[in-house]
Amino acid sequence: MATSEVNIHDRVDPATGEYRVIAPGESFLSVTEKVTRIVLTPHTPLGWFGFFAVAGAGTTMLMVALTWLFLKGVGIWAISQPVAWGFAIINFVWWIGIGHAGTLISAILLLFKQGWRNSISRFAEAMTIFAVICAAMFPVIHVGRPWLGYWLLPLPLTMDVWPQFRSPLMWDTFAVSTYATISVVFWYIGMVPDLGTLRDRAQSKIAQYFYGILSVGWRGSVRHWMRYETASLLLAGLATPLVLSVHTVISFDFAVAVLPGWHTTIFPPYFVAGAIYSGFAMVLTLAIPLRKFYHLEALVTERHIDNMGKIMLVTGFIVGYGYGMEAFMAWYSADHWEAFTFWNRAFGPMGWSYWLLVTLNLFIPLTTLWVRKWRTNMIFMFAMSIIVNTGMWFERFVIIVTSLTRDYLPSSWGTYRATKWDYMTLFGSLGLFTFLFLLFVRFLPMMPMNEIRLLLPAAKVRAKTGPEVSK
Amino acid sequence: MPPREGTYGLLAEFRTPGDLVRAARQAHEDGWRRLDCYTPYPLEEAAEAIGFHRNKVPLVTLIGGLLGGAAMFALETWISVIAFPLNIAGRPTYSWPAFLVPAYEWTILWAGLSAGFGMLALNGLPSLYHPLFNAPNFRTGATTDKFFLCLEALDPKFDLVESKAYLEGLEPISVVEVEY
Repeated sequence: MATSEVNIHDRVDPATGEYRVIAPGESFLSVTEKVTRIVLTPHTPLGWFGFFAVAGAGTTMLMVALTWLFLKGVGIWAISQPVAWGFAIINFVWWIGIGHAGTLISAILLLFKQGWRNSISRFAEAMTIFAVICAAMFPVIHVGRPWLGYWLLPLPLTMDVWPQFRSPLMWDTFAVSTYATISVVFWYIGMVPDLGTLRDRAQSKIAQYFYGILSVGWRGSVRHWMRYETASLLLAGLATPLVLSVHTVISFDFAVAVLPGWHTTIFPPYFVAGAIYSGFAMVLTLAIPLRKFYHLEALVTERHIDNMGKIMLVTGFIVGYGYGMEAFMAWYSADHWEAFTFWNRAFGPMGWSYWLLVTLNLFIPLTTLWVRKWRTNMIFMFAMSIIVNTGMWFERFVIIVTSLTRDYLPSSWGTYRATKWDYMTLFGSLGLFTFLFLLFVRFLPMMPMNEIRLLLPAAKVRAKTGPEVSK
Repeated sequence: MPPREGTYGLLAEFRTPGDLVRAARQAHEDGWRRLDCYTPYPLEEAAEAIGFHRNKVPLVTLIGGLLGGAAMFALETWISVIAFPLNIAGRPTYSWPAFLVPAYEWTILWAGLSAGFGMLALNGLPSLYHPLFNAPNFRTGATTDKFFLCLEALDPKFDLVESKAYLEGLEPISVVEVEY
């Protein structure tokens, strides 16, 4: 347990002089063993089946809710006038925000050469993909006639109608579809060498064929590796502006509208920071049980959890700045409607949701995450991840619902109370996410072995081992 | 095209990445050009040692990105100006600032696809068969913890007996002959 009197020799690797990110005593073989045994074992742990059953039940609930939705229409949800967006868009923004931490870890932290990201990047990317799948479902089912979802694409339809490219909703289509595609490419390309490892270590014929085909014949030639490294770096460089643009575009869905409470320029940075905030919370929600369950404490160390806590602290403050700026602008704009919207958010009939989000997103995390002792306490951090994720869901609830229920015309004011179908879809999407994630953990390498090998002292080529030629 | 029969090359296994880099640098200095190293993780020093400094992935990515962005911008302009002009309060149909967002996304989309799949194509992948997989010690650790140097038969300096002796002089753990 890290305390204030940390022994420097525990934290610095004597072989390389760098800060340790994985526990001492690991070798190429032991790292490979630890990751591949999870996938290649013929004995799936019973606990996995337990979680899989629960997640499967959640997915089934989602299917039931969707079937009923397709039969009856969106009227089974609570959406109506004036709140026409409701849970579907709240869930959409929430899920896509969760995905952003995966890209941040895999792309931005790669560009910043943060070695500690190596062991958590793969499953964070997987989290991104599954979160984007859950997110992308919501706008499609929210349009009411999902079988016409392809109208969003610029296809020469039979009616000769083309999309309106000046609308942020249209930009969303391109931002989210690009984000999904690039995330999958980044994830898969990153996995190819590890699939090669699985192919070489698999005992059964089926596994050898399966991983053999997926690994596209990777053999570890250094020429291949150099192109691979260049491609990874370029993909990271491309994913970085992409991830910032995706939530920016999503915030335009709100900010471009003239509705009080939405029409504000703070939205893009505040949405992106909030996305990363909740995304890191979700990485913790997944990482803490995974490292315990699969005994990966040596690869996902306390330092990882600690660092993620620090990033949450920073992004939490940016989110807090966003809330503060909203309140400030409500006063400083001297706009009657803006001021009313803010007052209504905090003290109106749905004021409880505003204070809930302030408590969960600001008061609890931003006062406690300062303490290293707590940041390295797994139970505390797991609880914190749930708190922040709940808080961030309520942030979207507040933005969407409180703004829509009371806009300019008091005669069109209304209220919003979610139906059981809304809740079934929300919790069902959590089930689908967990379902997909469990399949990933069982059948694909959940940590990038080749990148973890790079962190080992044995991977360093010392200068004196070269020939005497000058460099 | 390489011949499809006989010897592919000689494969030497080394204990540590440092030994591999030293041997590879020596072989490259001695005039070997058809040679390659095989490592379980990206070992930049080994690529430097065999004289592989640059690759074409950035160029492919640049071309892909520019084409993607240009294609989307052209499509938006064509749709909004020619195919389906919408007169909204007399505003101009060629409202290019709004077109930048999807064009930006498509620049990233096609640059990313070009980087990923261009890298695989430049590497000659997918290729599920490779002669090296015939080597008895290659499949048991080339992707885990073993370091290999391969001198290929296509090199004009290659001679089965002499080259084997040469490789053994570089102090590997073992040298094996790899057949097609």
